[in-house]
Amino acid sequence: MKPSQKTTVIATTVLLLCMAASVLLLFRIDRLRSNATLEEVLYISSPKALKRMSLGYDGLLADIYWTRAVQYFGAKHHAGAKSYNLLAPLLQITTTLDPHLIVAYQYGGNFLAPEPPNGSGMPQAAVDLVKYGIKHNPEDWRLYYQLGFIYYMELHDYQHAAEAFARGAQVPGAHPFLRILAGQMADKSGNRQTARMMWATTFETTNDKSIKYNAAAHLRALQAEDEVTALETLVARYRETTGHPPASFAEMNAAEWLHGIPVDPLGHPYKLTPDGHVELAVPDDFPFVTRGLPPDFVPPEAPRVLPTD
Amino acid sequence: MNSRIGLIAANTFREAVRDRVLYNLIAFALLMSGASILVGQISIDIERLVVVNLGLTAVSLFGIVIAIFIGIGLVSKEIDRRTLYTVLSRPVRRWEFIVGKFVGLAGTLVVNTFFMAIGVFGALLYVAHHFQASDKWLLVALYFIVLQFLIITSLALLFSSFSSPLMSAVFAFSMFVVGTFAEDLRGFAGMATGVARWLATGAAYLVPNFSALNVISSVAHEQPVSGHLMLYNTAYALIYTTMAICGAVLIFERRNLK
Repeated sequence: MKPSQKTTVIATTVLLLCMAASVLLLFRIDRLRSNATLEEVLYISSPKALKRMSLGYDGLLADIYWTRAVQYFGAKHHAGAKSYNLLAPLLQITTTLDPHLIVAYQYGGNFLAPEPPNGSGMPQAAVDLVKYGIKHNPEDWRLYYQLGFIYYMELHDYQHAAEAFARGAQVPGAHPFLRILAGQMADKSGNRQTARMMWATTFETTNDKSIKYNAAAHLRALQAEDEVTALETLVARYRETTGHPPASFAEMNAAEWLHGIPVDPLGHPYKLTPDGHVELAVPDDFPFVTRGLPPDFVPPEAPRVLPTD
Repeated sequence: MNSRIGLIAANTFREAVRDRVLYNLIAFALLMSGASILVGQISIDIERLVVVNLGLTAVSLFGIVIAIFIGIGLVSKEIDRRTLYTVLSRPVRRWEFIVGKFVGLAGTLVVNTFFMAIGVFGALLYVAHHFQASDKWLLVALYFIVLQFLIITSLALLFSSFSSPLMSAVFAFSMFVVGTFAEDLRGFAGMATGVARWLATGAAYLVPNFSALNVISSVAHEQPVSGHLMLYNTAYALIYTTMAICGAVLIFERRNLK
């Protein structure tokens, strides 16, 4: 082997070994400093300063901050976090850098408004974010829908929800549901039918898988709650009629009070308790349900994502 | 065009290609393809936006770096290698040399931008699966970026006609940064009084206005660019470039090359 070839082989080998060693060392260092992540740090918290520093390339910087906000929320959500301190500032920076980034208002509102672990539990910050979006994009009906949605679902403020839907309904090309929703809000009829309609609209109008999952889970929960209520009413009537509570759904089925064993929206049979309550067989699969839960049920920290979603 | 200017321009283009300037296209291609694949997986609903924002920003920044770092060496390199004396000993005027150098580098940047634009549209097709009518505004944004290159190249040439390459790079880059704040400078001038107002107004109108030439964010959101803006930006860039080239010619004509 020529001396130059020998040098090439040795240098290449040393280079590759050093590269592998540095990666291994970084893994070790990361493991040692597992709590010292940079996620909880915003080195520059002023959106205006960042806009200036972007030298006119604020669109790209907004995309980077939006991706950071998504990653931040995703990581925290996955870990079942109870606080999301950086989420609102990240979204504020994103939308100041690019006030026309509609996705940041749509999904950002969904990240901010719900209570943990489904969101950061900051509905007022969500309202402020979406209002800022409407100020800069008054022709986008989806933002009015988003605002009304937060008022209705999270703040239970029917008057402001009605105003938001009514303003959105006036935007050319707005979804026809907005006018209906505005009317229902004005009646202060915050009923389950309205909630179902809103989640169905969200499910239909979003392209994002996580939002679709969330809407599907809410729709499933509403359906399960309705079914539990109907079954418990039927069980009560059975008891009144026969003078004793049913031992099982099979007994009610045999007496032709039911057509088959009732199943939840995911196909699991409902459970009948001796005191006449109806319970979900797998409550973990219904993260937003408020009825049909076993008394000792403890909800998981992070909602389960089902293959069907 | 004067044939001597054409020859100098062609030579400058060849030299830039020989200096492997177009190698930046490989980095650009890797950046675009990597971003197109990655962003869809780590973010929500901004695949197209990222391709447009990242693509046009990269075209702009790559071009500005090339314009500055090649532009500052256009004159000094010829002096260091003593090839300038050979050129000027022939029937070539000094102004022809400057204009030829400018045209050569501007041509290099246009070719570079053309290939990068193909990359941007390719990545866009990959993520969006089809083109839409509003994508035509990307061409306007690319055109404005080329106008930025003309201005920055002429400034680099102006500074290199009287300063060292290092200082020319510092001056040219500073002008680019200050130029992005041109509209803020005018706002500041509006708030000032007395001499400060005059100085700030003068500075605001003297530095190139790069902010008006940056429409990346608006075209990323499919917003149209007005015909008037295109017309005024074209006229402004050409006038500013001519002004800087004239300054470079005036200085270079008087420069003692002995």
